[in-house]
Amino acid sequence: MLAAKNRLGLVLFPAFDWAISPSHPEREERLLYTQDQIFEEGIMDIENIKFYNPEVALKKDVQRVHFCVPDVDQRVTKSHLISAGGAIKAAHTVMDREVDKAFALIRPPGHHAQRVVYGDRGFCIINVEAVMLENLRAKYGPFRAAIVDTDCHHGDGTQDVYWNDRDTLFISFHQDGRTLYPGTGFLDEFGGPGALGYNINIPLPPGTGDEGFLYVLDNLVLPILSEYKPDLVVNSAGQDNHYTDPLTNMNFTAHGYAELNHRLSPDIAVLEGGYSIEGALPYVNLGIILAMAGLDYSHVREPDYDLQKLRQPQKISDYIKELCENIYSRWKQKDALTHELLKGKDYITRQRQVYYDTDSIMEYQTQKFKVCLKCSGVNTIKSHTDRGMPIFAVTIPGDACPSCIDEGYKIYKDTDIQKYYKIYLQDRTNDTYLTKGARNLTY
Amino acid sequence: MIVGLDMGGTHVDAVLIHQGEIIEATKSPTDRSNLLESVWGTLKSLLSGQDPSQIERIILSTTISTNAIIEHKTDSVGMIIECGPGLPNDFLCCGRENIFISGYIDHRGREISPIDPQEIEQAVKTFKHKNIPAVAVTGKFSVRNSGHEIRINEMLKDEFFPITLGHTLSGKLNFPRRVFTSYYNSAVYTTFLKFSKSIYKALQREKICAPIYVLKADGGTMSLKAGEQYPVNTILSGPAASVMGGQAFLKASQDAVFLDIGGTTTDISFLADGVPLFEPLGIKIEGLPTLVRALYSVSIGVGGDSRVRVKNQSLVIGPERQGPPKALGGLCPTPTDAMIALGLIDLGDKHKAISAMKEIGGPLKLDPVAAAKKVLDTMADMIKDKVEKLLNEINSHPVYTVKELLYGKKINPKFIQVIGGPAKAIAPMLSKKFGMPCRYPEVYEAANAVGAALARTTAEITMFADTAQKTLSVPEMGLYEKVSQGYTLEESKMRALDLIKRQSMLFGAKEGEIRAEIIEENSFNMVRGFYTSGKNIRIRAQTKPGLIYRLRSDENVSS
Ligand SMILES: [Zn+2]
Ligand SMILES: [Zn+2]
Ligand SMILES: [Zn+2]
Repeated sequence: MLAAKNRLGLVLFPAFDWAISPSHPEREERLLYTQDQIFEEGIMDIENIKFYNPEVALKKDVQRVHFCVPDVDQRVTKSHLISAGGAIKAAHTVMDREVDKAFALIRPPGHHAQRVVYGDRGFCIINVEAVMLENLRAKYGPFRAAIVDTDCHHGDGTQDVYWNDRDTLFISFHQDGRTLYPGTGFLDEFGGPGALGYNINIPLPPGTGDEGFLYVLDNLVLPILSEYKPDLVVNSAGQDNHYTDPLTNMNFTAHGYAELNHRLSPDIAVLEGGYSIEGALPYVNLGIILAMAGLDYSHVREPDYDLQKLRQPQKISDYIKELCENIYSRWKQKDALTHELLKGKDYITRQRQVYYDTDSIMEYQTQKFKVCLKCSGVNTIKSHTDRGMPIFAVTIPGDACPSCIDEGYKIYKDTDIQKYYKIYLQDRTNDTYLTKGARNLTY
Repeated sequence: MIVGLDMGGTHVDAVLIHQGEIIEATKSPTDRSNLLESVWGTLKSLLSGQDPSQIERIILSTTISTNAIIEHKTDSVGMIIECGPGLPNDFLCCGRENIFISGYIDHRGREISPIDPQEIEQAVKTFKHKNIPAVAVTGKFSVRNSGHEIRINEMLKDEFFPITLGHTLSGKLNFPRRVFTSYYNSAVYTTFLKFSKSIYKALQREKICAPIYVLKADGGTMSLKAGEQYPVNTILSGPAASVMGGQAFLKASQDAVFLDIGGTTTDISFLADGVPLFEPLGIKIEGLPTLVRALYSVSIGVGGDSRVRVKNQSLVIGPERQGPPKALGGLCPTPTDAMIALGLIDLGDKHKAISAMKEIGGPLKLDPVAAAKKVLDTMADMIKDKVEKLLNEINSHPVYTVKELLYGKKINPKFIQVIGGPAKAIAPMLSKKFGMPCRYPEVYEAANAVGAALARTTAEITMFADTAQKTLSVPEMGLYEKVSQGYTLEESKMRALDLIKRQSMLFGAKEGEIRAEIIEENSFNMVRGFYTSGKNIRIRAQTKPGLIYRLRSDENVSS
């Protein structure tokens, strides 16, 4: 039988009994044909490839990342905990050296889920990769990670979670926010005061094909990664850049995805979006599996693959080249930019509006970060939605200095419960999560 | 009267069962150079003096096909393989000649690109040139649309014999296994056919006209006629015979561990609610995975005659056997010597057994009794460790729904069943180690032959309905028909139950004894654009393996 060069762990959990609604893109059928393809190709019989069932993520796994309103139990379903648990299981097999690499083919996705969770946005409720990564840090100790998001949509949730964390480099490939949901992901979104420059957005023009994606990888992403030197690389492996995807306008192919994974060589890949369930997913997933396993993926091809039609126009190639130069020079200047921006400031605040498209909720946030020289700085979120439910959340980061820890607890204690539906304390240093609220208040 | 025969590597066992009791049993050595004579000779001596008209049925569990493979006496096979895009294909080369053709069916069974008749003509020339008589044709996703395999068959059927078409062997998705399974089916085809023809001839000569069956690896039977078509399913029926035989002597309706402790190995199987567990996809034959449905059975190298020695101050049992126990004139101490020394078995020379235990006890500073106990203790530990490891694997088999993940059935054995020579002697120790009762039959003989004799006919089908394309197919039955757009899961299940009965009867089942059941059902809404375009329905149905009845026998329980 065939033997894989890399030992690969696979969590294949199509959740055949879960859907957002019967005709929603996130429905039972989504991974049906992917499973058919994986079964028919005989992937389970390949030596060195091992299948695992998901774990069920715990409430605490979610609390490390999110402020769920009103709470984890009411906001997060078992299916979401299993999806995150699938990523966690995959990552554990890598960390425990049972395998060299792992791929979690799970649903629902998570990269649009931000720190505060009032509902479902972009088919996501909890951020699967972030819940996974923070579980790993709690279990195995701190390390540097890079998340490379190859979903066609901007990974705005992951950006928000790691906005102020320089130990997690976030790089998102996506179709330009001026042309696609969620409408963010521009060059000037490059991190909070504690991690300025460590959030890298690569907004690509509609029509970008294999050539463009691989150009960005080779000329921008790989050089940055080799400078950043992460201990762990995660591919947030959305598959909606595919030329057949119904929601987007890109021209990436299954072979391109495989090639990208071969060159990026992530330790862990986690499926995100991708809704061309028949024309793309079976082939893209197969390509990624083979590439991660170190097997030959040159025969992976879509039924309607047509090289001529998918060729990238020169105009796009030129645009991408310039874009990459621009982004790379910003990366190189990040220390100077940080100095410039933080000069004489004790706090940095940012106002945001977050739209929950799946649940049609509009959220209004103020994030406030302390500029601290000893750590990434205690920070708070004050938020409410168009339906009310004001909350206040305090985060003490994992690397917090003693004075930031004290300040965090003091803010939590001093915040008046009469003014908020709920108040949260996320103490990442001690892995402790507290809430308080006036139960008699209704909104 | 029912006749059951089991051919093993060393012996052929045969039994005659009448009204739940063994009335006659024969044992003779296996003559590897003439397997047919081994079968026929044993049957003849079993039936001498019996009235042939009283025989209701005859069931054979043979190593005819297995042996042909192990001894490389199979026919050379020309493989025609339609890969489509996906994995590299060189690892699929299993035939004498392997021709990879163009053409491609997708996961929904749609033809993406047609076959090229010139390539087939070229394959015919190549096979002819190399004097290859047998052919197997397999395509990726051919179980979703068998059109290409059938068309190729049309082009080959006057030139080659046999021809195996991949989709007819199993409806399960796994292309490499389908390739290897169809290869083996063609490779052993004429060997099995010769065997079956001579059996028919011999029976005719003896004026026996009872229906004749063969045992399959899944613990069920099929008629010898059906076996001629699908001889691959008769490969490795031995472990199945043993599990089914165990069930004839012992009662079980709960989860249990089944152990068959032999001379050199212990075979481990499991029962779920009293029904033997299957391999998830099929057995491996000579290292190649197949779709041959089989009972789950794992062998470990520890048995009554395993060599026992002391290495670095600790006791090592097996995995090799070096002749018989010392008590029976062998050279090495064995677990059987330990049992004889402890008086648990009355066999051979007890003094020699005790001196064997002295030899073991010496370096461990144990007296012979303590050494003998230590041997049995270690043996039970080895079995227990393996059982626990296997259970862990089985209970973490992949699942695909939230419901299964949270509430799916886990095998949780309530007792142990054990058969084999050392069963009685080791039962108390196993019971203590596992912390559960250990059941073994009071008398048991020729368990494998009994298992064959009493096994029911089994069959399995896979149904795939696509109401958007208005098609329904059951590849194992060569069924491909139109259905309405409104075809429902309920209708499909009714149809599947009806078809599995028909398939079982084709395999030789009697109408009254068929226990048909749906083992998997799924129906997916297919949505294209904003509209539901149809339903994608998948069903698997089977007739459960089981016995037509149990023997009237006593069982003992150690707890
Ligand atoms: Zn992205
Ligand atoms: Zn997306
Ligand atoms: Zn600080």
